[in-house]
Amino acid sequence: MTKKIKNLNLNFGPQHPAAHGVLRLILELDGEVVEKADPHIGLLHRGTEKLIENKTYMQAVPYFDRLDYVAPMNQEHAFALAIEKILEIEVPIRAQFIRVMFCEIGRILSHILNVTTQALDVGALTPSLWGFEERETLMTFYERASGSRLHANYFRAGGVHQDLPAGLEEDIANFCETFPKVINDLENLLTDNRIFKQRNVDIGIVTKEDALDYSFSGVMIRGSGVPWDLRKSQPYDCYEQLDFNVPVGKNGDCYDRYLCRIEEMKESVSIIKQCLSKMEKGIIKSLDGKISPPSKKEIKQSMEALIHHFKLFTEGYRVPKDEIYTAVEAPKGEFGVYLVSDGSSKPYKCKIRAPGFSHLQSMDYLIKGHMLADVPAVLGSLDIVFGEVDR
Amino acid sequence: MQNLLDLEKKINSELTTKIKNSEIKHNQIYIEIDKDNLIDVTLFLKSNKDTKFRQLIDITVVDYPEEIQRFKIVYLFLSHEFNQRLILSYYVNENEVIESLTSIFPAANWMEREVFDMYGVNFKDHPDLRRILTDYGFEGHPLRKDFPLTGHSEVRYSEDKKKVVNEPVKLEQNYRNFDYESPWDGTKYIKTQTDNNDKKN
Repeated sequence: MTKKIKNLNLNFGPQHPAAHGVLRLILELDGEVVEKADPHIGLLHRGTEKLIENKTYMQAVPYFDRLDYVAPMNQEHAFALAIEKILEIEVPIRAQFIRVMFCEIGRILSHILNVTTQALDVGALTPSLWGFEERETLMTFYERASGSRLHANYFRAGGVHQDLPAGLEEDIANFCETFPKVINDLENLLTDNRIFKQRNVDIGIVTKEDALDYSFSGVMIRGSGVPWDLRKSQPYDCYEQLDFNVPVGKNGDCYDRYLCRIEEMKESVSIIKQCLSKMEKGIIKSLDGKISPPSKKEIKQSMEALIHHFKLFTEGYRVPKDEIYTAVEAPKGEFGVYLVSDGSSKPYKCKIRAPGFSHLQSMDYLIKGHMLADVPAVLGSLDIVFGEVDR
Repeated sequence: MQNLLDLEKKINSELTTKIKNSEIKHNQIYIEIDKDNLIDVTLFLKSNKDTKFRQLIDITVVDYPEEIQRFKIVYLFLSHEFNQRLILSYYVNENEVIESLTSIFPAANWMEREVFDMYGVNFKDHPDLRRILTDYGFEGHPLRKDFPLTGHSEVRYSEDKKKVVNEPVKLEQNYRNFDYESPWDGTKYIKTQTDNNDKKN
């Protein structure tokens, strides 16, 4: 007697702890082997790009925090750079160092979250408990600089919103001394761990060619052996003055990507240290009253400052007609902003290029032929955050 | 090629009539082409040994509703080898069907789905042209300039029907689009309201 065998269709998510948010993944299974994966995204779509078109340039900044919400300031950076390039504003050197320092803090924030939750997905609980303690410390730094732990709204075109409070620099320096030990502890738990290796080595291999074709960036492309980092190849702000290495993987599997992230955290710590030592007292935003608001003290004394303040917070600043694409190396890859301005104080069009979008799109290619149990491992190593994928 | 000027010259001399306009700004090359030459130009940019734009970064659209050729389709390319960026664009009418790049860059798949979803631009030979970011059963194309910011319908769970229902948007307070282009005139929104009040008196 012959039996008819049918492939099983399985809904993975939208409420699944290993889906890293609201991903609905429709898997076609032949036994335990995945034949096809069809990610359905958009469950967190908030129409960010449409909203930005209806806000002034300054009001648009907070939307960038809400994209990749584990490393908010890195996104703001791309937007600030785009406006600065069109307006041709010089950013004071102290502001550049502050921005780069907080971007690297963002990178550590994001990598801790990713490495530890990836470990969680494949069965290790402890790393996430240790890692989240450090994230908490880092988010206090965010809070002390900007006033909020997550949605910072700190970067402005022409600098940052306000100077660092007293004592913050020392505390960040102290963190740089203690944090490498935590990375070592995490590595002790994971790097040579038998189970972690069994779940990650040779899983989700990406070849160099495919990494290019699927427009991968960040760790996803470096894990496959392409030494490409925008901080090195197209340096922005003060990255040129800093000395750091770009870790590159060899096999392009989930394990190599994990190793890259660990190494990148160590590099980030060294970048933060360099920023702290090179940072000198000085102004933290452009002095052009047409772009950056005057201080409260000035408003009380100077009529011109009062007018500037009023104009900036009602009309906003106008950006001449232009079109530009700017990208930064966000923790997840190339985060870009394609900005079209029309001379008014609101962007005509602001397309956000999120690295996670192209990474998730390759899910079908990555998972085909793997077992169902490999889905969380691959998904974890893609480093998906739905805020930026769905926008 | 490492040098932007040389690269622009090279592209212009190789593709001659296919390039309508080229320009260098902000360290990037901006190229305008005709809709029909998209595939030829992209293949050249991807494979030629002096250009090697191996990565398609993004596809997007800029909407100019008052123009006849309403949509400006924009492709962003990156060449790792020469560390260059290129922005390719062309204009189309509202109902034109354009070529899909999925056979050249697999990454174009979702990008074109997004363009279709957000602007309603149709692609020829796309393997799987479904909506991607909006809800199942959504109508309209949200990023078009004539689509209202508040949308047309809202979703809620109905306790009576015991299911999720779609209803026209009803706002307690209308969305206020403050127009501060000239703060001395005040916004049109408040102006019309005060005018109405004046009439009543």
